Amino acid sequence: MRGETQERLAIVLRVMVPAALALGAGAIILLMLGRDPLAYYGYVLKRGLLTWGGLQETLTRTAPLLLIAAGLIVAFRAGIWNLGGDGQFLLGAVATAGLGPLLIDVLPRGATLIACMAAAALTAALWSLIPAVLKARYGVNEVVSSLMMSFLGASFANLLVKTVLRDRTTAVPKTPDLPVADRLPPVLGNVHLGVLIALAAVVLVHLAITRTAFGLKLQVLGANPAVARHAGLNVTWITIASFTLSAALIGLGGSIEILGVWGTVRADWNPAFGLLVVPIVFLARLNGYAVIVFTLCVAVLMIGGESAARRLGVQQHFVWVLLALLLIFLALLEHFDQVRRARRAI
Amino acid sequence: MSSESSPVAAVCNITKRFPGVLANDGISLEFHGGEIHVLLGENGAGKSTLIGMLAGMHQPDAGEIWIGGRPVTFRSPRESLALGVGTVFQHGLLVPSLTVIENLMLGGRWWRPLGYATALARFRQLSRLLGLSIDPHAAAGRLSLGEQQQIEILRALWREGRLLILDEPTAMLTPQGAQHLGSVMRRLKEQGLALLLVTHKLPEACQWGDRISVLRRGRLIGQISPDTLRRTNAAQTRETALGMMFGGEAATGNGEASRRERRSGRGRRGDRTTPPRLSVRGLRTAATPGECPLSEVSFDLWPGEILGIAGVDGNGQKHLAEVLAGQRHALQGQITLEGWEVTAEDAAGRRRRGIRYITDDRLNEATVGGFSVAINLLLKDIGDPPYWRHGIGDFELIHRHAREVIRSNDIRTPSEKTPLGRLSGGNIQKVVLARELDRETAVAILSKPTHGLDLHNCLLARERILDDELLVISDRIAVMFQGRLTGVVENGAGAARAVARLMTGDVGP
Amino acid sequence: MQTLLTYAFLTALISGAVTAAVPLLLAGLGEQISERAGVLNIGIEGMMLLGCYTGFVATWISGSFPLGFLAGGLSGMAVAALVVLLCVRLGLNQIVIGIALTLGVQGLTALLYFARFAGTYPRLEPYPTWPLPVLNRIPVLGPGLFSHDVICYLSVLLIPLLTLLYRRSAVGLNLEAAGNAPAALDVAGVDVITTRSLAVMATGLLAGLGGAYLANVGAGLFIPFMTRGSGFIGIVLAMLARGRPLWVLIVSALFGLSLSLATALQVAGINVPTDVVQMLPFGVVMLVLIVFARHSVLPRALGQPYVRGDR
Repeated sequence: MRGETQERLAIVLRVMVPAALALGAGAIILLMLGRDPLAYYGYVLKRGLLTWGGLQETLTRTAPLLLIAAGLIVAFRAGIWNLGGDGQFLLGAVATAGLGPLLIDVLPRGATLIACMAAAALTAALWSLIPAVLKARYGVNEVVSSLMMSFLGASFANLLVKTVLRDRTTAVPKTPDLPVADRLPPVLGNVHLGVLIALAAVVLVHLAITRTAFGLKLQVLGANPAVARHAGLNVTWITIASFTLSAALIGLGGSIEILGVWGTVRADWNPAFGLLVVPIVFLARLNGYAVIVFTLCVAVLMIGGESAARRLGVQQHFVWVLLALLLIFLALLEHFDQVRRARRAI
Repeated sequence: MSSESSPVAAVCNITKRFPGVLANDGISLEFHGGEIHVLLGENGAGKSTLIGMLAGMHQPDAGEIWIGGRPVTFRSPRESLALGVGTVFQHGLLVPSLTVIENLMLGGRWWRPLGYATALARFRQLSRLLGLSIDPHAAAGRLSLGEQQQIEILRALWREGRLLILDEPTAMLTPQGAQHLGSVMRRLKEQGLALLLVTHKLPEACQWGDRISVLRRGRLIGQISPDTLRRTNAAQTRETALGMMFGGEAATGNGEASRRERRSGRGRRGDRTTPPRLSVRGLRTAATPGECPLSEVSFDLWPGEILGIAGVDGNGQKHLAEVLAGQRHALQGQITLEGWEVTAEDAAGRRRRGIRYITDDRLNEATVGGFSVAINLLLKDIGDPPYWRHGIGDFELIHRHAREVIRSNDIRTPSEKTPLGRLSGGNIQKVVLARELDRETAVAILSKPTHGLDLHNCLLARERILDDELLVISDRIAVMFQGRLTGVVENGAGAARAVARLMTGDVGP
Repeated sequence: MQTLLTYAFLTALISGAVTAAVPLLLAGLGEQISERAGVLNIGIEGMMLLGCYTGFVATWISGSFPLGFLAGGLSGMAVAALVVLLCVRLGLNQIVIGIALTLGVQGLTALLYFARFAGTYPRLEPYPTWPLPVLNRIPVLGPGLFSHDVICYLSVLLIPLLTLLYRRSAVGLNLEAAGNAPAALDVAGVDVITTRSLAVMATGLLAGLGGAYLANVGAGLFIPFMTRGSGFIGIVLAMLARGRPLWVLIVSALFGLSLSLATALQVAGINVPTDVVQMLPFGVVMLVLIVFARHSVLPRALGQPYVRGDR
């Protein structure tokens, strides 16, 4: 029994120590900018977590993040570097924003929502087909191709918003509004249904990977493509399937953000969550449940940070710095932990 | 020819530990100029670790290395090279995209411009010494394995070497190539160079060694001095060496007579009364860079027989195994299993029909070290009932099955959930064999199944007398050369010689 | 349409192309050094961006462009130092660290910029050019190609320099060995880790310089996230160029031309949406990747940390 508690403690420490280091380094940066770190962190925590209004915003923010995380888990488990999240997210959002106002005139809300989400997932999946096939058939490095498609996709989505899908009735360049009544219904205060959908997605992905045959095949591919081939798996098909599934989930994230929060896509809108979630997923070591916890923490930081930008004059992207620091400290700690363990085993 | 004067190099009481294993335990050896010192031992005896330290790849935990009478520490390969210790490793260490001469110029001081003239002069000098004729401006990647090794020897001697270490140099050579290597070594010996030849092959050791040291499980078990070698004959030397290598478990027989005896005790070799179980006709595969494709392979395989495929590595064996298993596409040809043509079936399909492939790369192709033993046992059956129902895994059943297999195959593991990577090489092989060889196996393709294992873990080969296990256990031996089967030899008297000839492509009578 | 073929238009087109190409060229050349040595430098986007910021701020404060370029290069090296420590020396995953560093730099520069300038977007004076005598009198090409600044000329000079370095120097051989067969390099007595570390630092220098150029010369100001994938394009350039610096020049010139074309068309009155402009380089890259899918050759040991004895 003692061994188990020791292990649990070790796991907690393994996360808390880098977190403390990252917050500490962040505090130093804040000090150099002439801001009070304790005030900042305190404000962020209060605003993001400890007030009802802030908590609702935080929970709402987790929806797109969790869906992106689900998508990234699928890809990374298969050893595929899907770095095209930004583009896939935006295309999903734009597809939804374009389709929604059209469908709502002819279909009831439920059907419209489902159709929009499906369209978003499909659009994003199609967008990822090129890098997927390039990798599966020709071995083209997907890090580069997915990054390029991401920028391409983001610009393309923006172009659509400004031209084809543009709402001609207003001067502001954006898509037509989807009325609030026709968006995702709230489930808890202001928090919309999308959060539950996202949570379900992450849990389902986790279960699928750990318990199903398809998930195991993904893991084999991710562990070693040579083994996958030797085991008789169809590597081409698995690569394409996981890549597109990953993109579909991310596109769904974009859709939910529109259907739940904005109801429209404004020109030049790009929250750039796609790459931001990558460190979160790695910190959680691709484990679905850990991802949920980490995402919640990051959402708190983001919501608190966005508000702090106005109140305390610390620009909101400070959270990105914290996240980067956290990942680096965690990687360092793990490395030294491994070295220490290897030495002890002699 | 060897002098008993002070040694060119020596190791004193060298000890080296790695996580979980004591690789070298207090070894002391001397290397004299003009002498070939053979370091003999099974795989895993600690030979690679020892030369790794001499080459500067790692540092000893205890003990000393002496060069020219003084203790030295090598913190890197650069330092060992600087002191005249050149090493030729088993696996090619040339940069394929650079030319021969560029490879040899690697390692010079970076601020000095490349001295092509000096390098070429030295190249010609050493080539003359070793009797080589290789174009210095050829791309290193295009040389044959034998030529690459020659360049490595050249490189090891580039800077006034005192000690040349050769790690299993004949692994990739034809018998002819090995003879040529022997003559090169003799020339170097006559120049006064000290040579350390590391091998697990006893015949080589006895043929070339002026002094033989035997390692077993990290310790120096014994040494056969030059005087002893001069006094005794080859057979006695082999006996002594065998005794040292294996202690009491060594076979007292040697040569073909006892091999034949052992094999005939196995029973009938191949039931020719029934049609062949596997028929292969005209197989051809596409060429891939660095690998030898099949150009025209045909043979039959009868139930109950073992067909050994011999040949120097890189003559198409890997392609053959993969084509039969369904992992590689055949451009032409037919494969028939028990009358059914299976050429169009993929790997999974062929497996279901009973074709099993045990690859030579146990760790990087056959298994996933991070997965549990239980999952590895079912790695080729993912998704199949009864272990998976509607795509969802029945882990209770999976683990029960694993426990069964572990028990009946005597696999040493803490539990069926232990990550496979933690098991020893022998137990990993047991897992692979258990997975592949079951009641449904019709044809098993085994690629170097005992590669890297020590004696106790060989399931199939009774005796690995450091030479061809093929000659011990096969009923027939087919030889591959450049993608073709150049001949099939019935195992018996003269088989070894016939096989060796065929391996070099000599198809004549 | 008439206006398209005037000297003025063509000159503006070519001149704009060169200015746009220089940062890409520097990023591409820099990444090529890393990749030759076997390091996939995803963090190059961060190196460039930090170079943008420090280059801009240094020039803004001091009024001196050379100081800005120096600051840019040094800050790029600072990020590179992190890559060296974490990826080359400790062997941590190159892609994950690269993304983390890029995110970190993006956040940091946005943070610092707003703290100091609070969204006022101050502009720099244009960087003086050094027109090459005689050459710059050639119609169209003269002012287009030969009336640029010293950094531009130096960048082009890098091409023959690097080509010579790769093919005819010990350093070049070492780099190639480090990327293709690090064990061979180790056995030859050269420290693989040091070789790779130096390569990455060189990348940082060039990428940071490229970023500083982008901010100080290309734009004349700093906007958070202004690199918009230029660093990543550098990675693509290096991959497509297959080890030859001249090809980096050709492809980056192509990209520069496509960027410049869209702007020039807008000036000529043909309305091209900025989004299309931004899409062009990425679209061209994807096109090339698709067409030449089978032919991009990367060093064999790319992306794999080197551990001695781990053959």
